[in-house]
Parts: sequence; structure tokens; C-alpha cells
Amino acid sequence: MNVGIIVFPGSNCDRDVAMVTRDLLHLPTRMVWHEESDLSELDLVILPGGFSYGDYLRCGAIARFSPAMQATVQHAERGGLVLGICNGFQVLTEVGQLPGALMRNRDLHFICDRVPLRVERTDLPYTQQYQRGQIITLPIAHGEGCYYADTQTLAELEANRQVLFRYCTADGQLTTAGNPNGSLSNIAGICNRQGNVLGMMPHPERAADPMLGSTDGMPLFAGIVSAALSAAAHR
Amino acid sequence: MNQTYQVRIYVTLRPSVLDPAGTAVQSGLKHMGYDNVEQVRIGKYVEVTLTAADETTAREQIDRMCDQLLANPVIENYRFELTQLQLNPS
Repeated sequence: MNVGIIVFPGSNCDRDVAMVTRDLLHLPTRMVWHEESDLSELDLVILPGGFSYGDYLRCGAIARFSPAMQATVQHAERGGLVLGICNGFQVLTEVGQLPGALMRNRDLHFICDRVPLRVERTDLPYTQQYQRGQIITLPIAHGEGCYYADTQTLAELEANRQVLFRYCTADGQLTTAGNPNGSLSNIAGICNRQGNVLGMMPHPERAADPMLGSTDGMPLFAGIVSAALSAAAHR
Repeated sequence: MNQTYQVRIYVTLRPSVLDPAGTAVQSGLKHMGYDNVEQVRIGKYVEVTLTAADETTAREQIDRMCDQLLANPVIENYRFELTQLQLNPS
């Protein structure tokens, strides 16, 4: 499977993601400059963390209009896999591929930490290698990660099982104490209705190499690969 | 013959959206002794100068700019005021 990592001016987690897909998983991985518009050979498009276009105006607001983003939207609408991490999640909400918005953290601080998350759904490529209800720990590093959506949108997210990860306490409780940034319904990661587009604030790529102390993020990438392999076998 | 317009755009958080920065500023004002401050909400102010054939066209364009980029309709409202800067000689 071919992986493309979109590089905006100001992206800063692009090489961390490539370290996982190219060096650890040995997947053909291409860095895609934001001015490129042909993504047709890609199976998985990853929008990395960082501060695209300086995050001026609002996080992800300007990245939305780049040629690479327009091509990413077309890729998603063809059913291609799109993974937005941190700033990538913000861009996906700005471009309308995912509902809601990411706002300033409840306590205003930039948070750089490792936090427990509960895996809510495991029938998608992204989460199939986790157990439902499993508590994993992933790094977060953001100032604007407080998920907001209106009441009706939140109800639709729940009804369609679009919440894949929620912030929780170490023992899995979805309380305010386990919610680092004030996200509604403790939401840390959501997918679109079809399940091919995932946006999440935590950084799975920073928890994939055993040398970095945790591999809780690796099953996410491995799940995407194994889903692609089994899809190819059924063709 | 195009006219030049100056537009003052106010982007504000929707009333249903919490504003932690506004709350922090309100608490700062309280510490300064302004106990009568009941609410603080922080928004954005954008000035745009543009040329357009007429005011209606200018307003339509600004409306689209706000909707597509300057405000995020999920969390923000916007309004704007428009002034014609000068009558260009034909």
C-alpha cells in the first residue's frame, strides 16, 4: 500500500510519521508538498501534526484551500483512507470532512503529556488491532484540542458510532478529571460516517517505536496495513 | 467603474460556545476590582479593503469570504460594516 504524507509549510510531525510508515513498516511512503494535486496512486493519505500555514486565523483554516487538501478531499470521497493527526484533525474539520471544530483547551494551556484513551470501536481498519474498551496511552501536544460540536451533531456522532477514541482516567472512567482539554463527550478522535476518514488529537506516531518507550500507537498503523492486505487478497 | 470599499468585519463566538479566554480575562478584570463585569467574550476584528463594481457586489463577496474562511460557521458568527472610501473618477 502506498502512503502519502502531506507537508504544509509549518508541518512538523511529517517525518515522525514517515519514520513509522517507511522505516518501521517498510511501506512505500511519499512526502507530498502542499502544492501537489495528484494523489491518485496513494492508498493512505496522512495529514500530520504541526502548525500549517502558521495556523493563522484558526488552526487548519488556510491549509484547507491548498491543492493537496483539495486532492485529499477527492481521495476521501473515492473511499480512500485519510488519517489526520493533531493539526491534521483540525484541517479535516475546517475542510468539512469531519463535523465539529477544535477550540482552545479548557484551561488555555498548551498541553504536552501522555494521556489514557479508551478505544470505543474496533471494526474499522484504524482500530481493528485494539480491543473494544481497551485503555491505551498516547502522547498529546496541542493548544487547540477541545472538541466542540452542537448538540444535534454530537447525537449523530454517537448514533453512527463515529467516536473512536475518548479521553479517560487511567482506569477508563470518562470523567472531567480524565479529560485534559475540555472536549465534549471526552472526544479525542472521530471518523466520518463511512469510516475511511479519521481525525484524532493524540499522536500515535510518537508511540510506535519501542525505543521511545511506548508502542500503543503501533496497532493503529498495523491495522491499516493488515486491512489493506486482506482487501488486496479478496480482489 | 470600480469603487473602493473598506470593510470592518467582526467575528464572534456563537453564544452556545464556551470562551475560556473570555472567562480568564473576566477573572483578570475582577482581580483589578471591576466586580461589575458580568461577561467577557473575545472575538476577532478584520479590516478588508476591496474594489467592486457596486456595494451589493462587495457585500456578496465579503459574505462569501466570511463564510468560507474568515469565520468558522460551526463555532462563530460574523457581521460587517462597509464604507465606500472614495468615488473613483471615471
